Amino acid sequence: MISGGIIIVDINIKIGGEAGQGIQTIGSVLSRTFVRDGFYVYGNQFYLSRVRGGHNYFHIRVSDHPVYTLNEKIDILVALDKQTIPDHIEEVKEGFVLTDESTVGDNADAKIVSVPFTEISKDVSGKKLFSNTVAVGAVFGLLCYDLATLKKFLSETFKSKGDEVVEKNIKAAEAGYDYVRNDKFEGICNYNLNPQPTNRRILINGNDSVGVGALAAGVQFLSAYPMTPSTGVMTRVASHADDFNAVVEQAEDEIAAINMAIGASFAGVRAMTTTSGGGFCLMTEGLGLSGITETPIVIFLGQRPGPATGLPTMTEQGDLNFVLHAAQGEFPRCVLAPRTAKDAFYQTIRAFNIAEKYQIPVLILSDQHLADGLFTYERFDTSGLKINRHLLEDRAVGSDYQRYAITKSGLSPRAIPGQNGALVVADSDEHNEAGHIDQTTDNRIRMNEKRLRKVDGLTDEMQMPAIHGIDGADVSLIGWGSSYGPLAEAVDILNHDEVSINLIHFSDIYPLSHNAASILEGLNTTICVENNATGQFARLLRAELGFEVSKKMLRYDGLPFTPQSVIRELKGMEVI
Amino acid sequence: MVTIEDYKNGETEWCPGCGNFNILEAVKRSLVDLGKKPHEVLMVSGIGQSGKLPHYLKCNTFNSLHGRTLPPATGAKVANPELTVIAVGGDGDSYGEGGNHFIHAIRRNPDITLIAHDNQIYGLTKGQASPTSEIGMKTKVQTHGVLHTPFNPLAVAISLDCPFVARGFAGDVEHLSSLISQAISHKGFSLVDILQPCVTFNKLNTYKWYHDRVYKMDDDGHDPANRMAAFEKALEWGDRIPTGVFYKRDSEPFESKLDVLKSGPLTAKQYDSAKLDSVFENFS
Ligand SMILES: Cc1ncc(C[n+]2csc(CCOP(=O)(O)OP(=O)(O)O)c2C)c(N)n1
Ligand code: SF4
Repeated sequence: MISGGIIIVDINIKIGGEAGQGIQTIGSVLSRTFVRDGFYVYGNQFYLSRVRGGHNYFHIRVSDHPVYTLNEKIDILVALDKQTIPDHIEEVKEGFVLTDESTVGDNADAKIVSVPFTEISKDVSGKKLFSNTVAVGAVFGLLCYDLATLKKFLSETFKSKGDEVVEKNIKAAEAGYDYVRNDKFEGICNYNLNPQPTNRRILINGNDSVGVGALAAGVQFLSAYPMTPSTGVMTRVASHADDFNAVVEQAEDEIAAINMAIGASFAGVRAMTTTSGGGFCLMTEGLGLSGITETPIVIFLGQRPGPATGLPTMTEQGDLNFVLHAAQGEFPRCVLAPRTAKDAFYQTIRAFNIAEKYQIPVLILSDQHLADGLFTYERFDTSGLKINRHLLEDRAVGSDYQRYAITKSGLSPRAIPGQNGALVVADSDEHNEAGHIDQTTDNRIRMNEKRLRKVDGLTDEMQMPAIHGIDGADVSLIGWGSSYGPLAEAVDILNHDEVSINLIHFSDIYPLSHNAASILEGLNTTICVENNATGQFARLLRAELGFEVSKKMLRYDGLPFTPQSVIRELKGMEVI
Repeated sequence: MVTIEDYKNGETEWCPGCGNFNILEAVKRSLVDLGKKPHEVLMVSGIGQSGKLPHYLKCNTFNSLHGRTLPPATGAKVANPELTVIAVGGDGDSYGEGGNHFIHAIRRNPDITLIAHDNQIYGLTKGQASPTSEIGMKTKVQTHGVLHTPFNPLAVAISLDCPFVARGFAGDVEHLSSLISQAISHKGFSLVDILQPCVTFNKLNTYKWYHDRVYKMDDDGHDPANRMAAFEKALEWGDRIPTGVFYKRDSEPFESKLDVLKSGPLTAKQYDSAKLDSVFENFS
């Protein structure tokens, strides 16, 4: 982010290769080393739906300021396969391509630094296994970067595998480093990186943030059926479930997943399910069950391009219309679309609190771009963490307890089965205050109105969009969810170049804040920027607030926006 | 002391003479015999004539969706294993719409009893074929008669090594109630498939039809520990239809295998935010 001044350090490293070649490992080792040394890293991965083969890549951006998006220009390209060079060499304007001899192919280019990763690995260890560590060392060699933190990190990472493995990894890294340093490549060491070790920073992706947020919120039951790109949330919660007294169950399908979670919530614990669009299709009936039985549930939906199986590993904001309208009938729901990994953490906690306060389904709408995006932060502050279950106190539960008592706020006092001898009756049929089927018209009207009255309180709680950039700009970008990083940085770059532009960015999507309209009314040219082909959020603004955007900028190729792509498009539109 | 009166609730909406009345009576008797207090019991049902049963009882009730009886029942049982969780479904509900859940609930093995009202027809939607309808049964939809092989819930359950598999008959409340009591007391997933005459739509499998055929296996000396014999009994259907406990074995229920539940129900656990620090360690 540029905010206030220009970024001094902005190094972009891309690692390309086939699935299964260890791109992730290199990416992770590099990123985490930089983070420990006090840099801000943003990373993201692009992968195909296969476990081996195919061309994938991992992008890391290293900066001395917080960064929330990628930069299109590459300083160092690490090519683990032949495809990386033709696919990405154009992005390397001034910089290097690091490649094993075997993957150079026909590309003879001055930028190409050929490092025999595999051979070096064999030399130092007798095995090919360490060639990725050689590559990491070589990257640091180009940067003339101190290896101390890397060595410490390798020791920690491989400690469990024994001293020999640690030693060989360290040797491999040093050998890669030396190879590059000893060779006379012109222009190396020009990067001016000044490490300042810290142990308070974390590198976390959107999915992990949602998972940790759920744990922080006290989730005790998560049932889900795996589906990219949401699975990471399930995995994260599962890996800490024992410590947090939680159960994670892989359901037989998404129908079971949501219904199991609803059962657990009804019985008294915080429950959630995770999925992507296709799985959510199967959950819609359960969504309505949560609606009419007023059973709180948090649903995490990591969007990917559809319809049907679509592009399983790519990104899109294409399911907004769907989540707003999914399931039959009318009932209150809430949709939150986190902007960044940090936002995802806090929004997830909020999602649980809102779900229980209003006894409704709350959707956390993310996408592959945020799910896999790696962000650097100081450790999240959890000191103000508040968990309010909004359950009746034991002494307030009487023998005449009525689950659906009619109230002004629409919120009925919630007890859990057996609490203080309580009998709790919940029903998917229209029911009376006691929870029993009641199909009379009077009752239907009263109950329907009771449920819908909850929207008033809920709307009061919705947060305003974030405003980024200069006040009273000529042009305002409007965005939502995971596009925050690229849009905010595009605005920063343009503001720095004295273009009059700002960003109005929504994270609370539905219901929209009462005051959102007043902000929008005062804007000049408005451009709604969305990762979909039909402008779903623009439509929501029109439907809910009667607000018509001036223009739309839509991207639906399966890739996220970048600051550069946004600026190019704005120029193409001739609005700046 | 718990009495039948404690469980009495509301007006019923079933057709006079429906087999469901006897099932309701048998369930009440079982709960009373077992000394379960209403607030300790959670009945989860689907949608159908069967699904209404919990409404006619005074206890905790979660009336869910058609076919979705078992997943919420499982979630509730895991959240609070101290609840006696009973799932109620029809044959359409349990074996048709909920067929996948039926199979996987047996595999997962929560300590839940499934009471399946098997009337071999869809009652609530007015008489279409169900997964257990006989081949050839004509309905307004199956105008040429049912073409599909009937689903055999008992054989499927036994093949999946379900810990308790029984069949009762709604025409014999006493026997049925004993089966339900045994099922509730048995650890792990238990199935009680109940032959339930639907006097309005099923003109084939009537009280008389069943009375002419059903017999109690225990009288025959069937050993429920013998899985192969149980499987053979499960295939018996025609002039003679066995009732009773087909199969039972000891099992460790799903929720008992979960370490976190060993020290008490999830609902009673305290949240410890200090643990978050160690979680963040993973990201530095
Ligand atoms: C998703 C869904 N599909 C269809 C229905 C309509 N429906 C209600 S009950 C029922 C079948 C009832 O048959 P069964 O489960 O055998 O129960 P019975 O009424 O015979 O007790 C159907 C198809 C529904 N409520 N929900
Ligand atoms: S339709 Fe059949 S199952 Fe339904 S209440 Fe009437 S007799 Fe019973």
